[in-house]
Amino acid sequence: MELKVESLACVRSGMPVLSDVSFSVAAGEALILRGPNGSGKTTLLRTLAGLQPATEGSVKAPEDSMIYAAHADGIKGTLSVAENLQFWAALYGYRDIGPAFTAFGLKTLVNRPAQKLSAGQKRRLGLARLLVSRRPIWLLDEPTVSLDTDGVARFAEAVRNHVGAGGLAVIATHIDVGLDARVLDISQFRAKPPVLEPLA
Amino acid sequence: MIAILRRDLRLAIRAGGGFGLALVFFLIVVVLVPFAVGPDTDRLSVIAPGVLWLGALLACLLSLDRLFATDAEDGSLELMATAPVPLEGVVLAKAIAHWMTTGLPLALVAPALGILLALPVQAVPVLTLGLLIGTPALSMIGSFGAALTVGLKRGGLLLSLLVLPLYVPTLIFGALAAASAAEGQAWQTPLLLLAGITLGSLALLPFAGAGALRVNLR
Repeated sequence: MELKVESLACVRSGMPVLSDVSFSVAAGEALILRGPNGSGKTTLLRTLAGLQPATEGSVKAPEDSMIYAAHADGIKGTLSVAENLQFWAALYGYRDIGPAFTAFGLKTLVNRPAQKLSAGQKRRLGLARLLVSRRPIWLLDEPTVSLDTDGVARFAEAVRNHVGAGGLAVIATHIDVGLDARVLDISQFRAKPPVLEPLA
Repeated sequence: MIAILRRDLRLAIRAGGGFGLALVFFLIVVVLVPFAVGPDTDRLSVIAPGVLWLGALLACLLSLDRLFATDAEDGSLELMATAPVPLEGVVLAKAIAHWMTTGLPLALVAPALGILLALPVQAVPVLTLGLLIGTPALSMIGSFGAALTVGLKRGGLLLSLLVLPLYVPTLIFGALAAASAAEGQAWQTPLLLLAGITLGSLALLPFAGAGALRVNLR
């Protein structure tokens, strides 16, 4: 299994953001995307996830293999932690959510309404969704935002286990999460701004 | 799809969900009508089918703007769009959940309210049947409108303007069926047309709604 991106061009609300992006990630490998704010990390991940069409180039990956984690975790405040995770597990066709709770240290919060969680706990719940989906390709957008050091360590451990089991991950992040992974600076792919003709 | 349906039903019943809002609105409208037009039963029984259908239609509209907006705000919509369930299925499941929490309870309380408005007894079953057949179309058309306006911050106004004209055929045939039954005339034809509208919207609008969501998610 491999994620292969070939001369991809992405646009964000009509503006070209990235062009000629090419890289490949093999099974058992994690790739970290770096670049300053606004350089197109989110746009690239959304394009890979199929949420917006690429204007050029192609993304090659096995069908139904990707899971995308955005800035927002998709948590319903009036449902409990377990109910939130059960919903996502059911959507991906699974039922077992126990290991995901253990991996992110959510065991003691299972019955708490999700609106009573702190920002970091919500993020842990959002990341637990990755485990219950059992998808091999993880596309993660700033996954460590609002996590404490223990949370970051648990996250790194989860990625290591995932990659060790033959999965792969593409992670956009600014901080050093302690992963032994290849780093790709995407500012090199920045699209040239369209040349504006001076008004006559 | 079943998972989405179950989650939406659970969310609607929990505190802050939309369940009850439509029902209470419907009750208030229908209970206030006799005070507004006077207690003359002859007059009330003439307008009863129209008032009941109009109340049901506006009650349906009340909770529509939250159908996709809450999911868009907390990011669930994007995550569902990348999950292994077709977006058409998401739209259909959410519309069915909307109907089960608005249209279905409205149809079930309508007989009691019909009596309050002096609706002739022979029209009560037709009214209930009409609401049962017709309100799924209201939820389906509404979900399409909600999908179109999901990206807008205050989409409620635009949603009403978009959806109300599309509600007109359902309103006409639904109220016509109940009114015909009240006058002792044939009511089967308008009911069949109503069923046609519902089946047509069930078959086509999930695709239109999913298309609208895809554009809005970009």
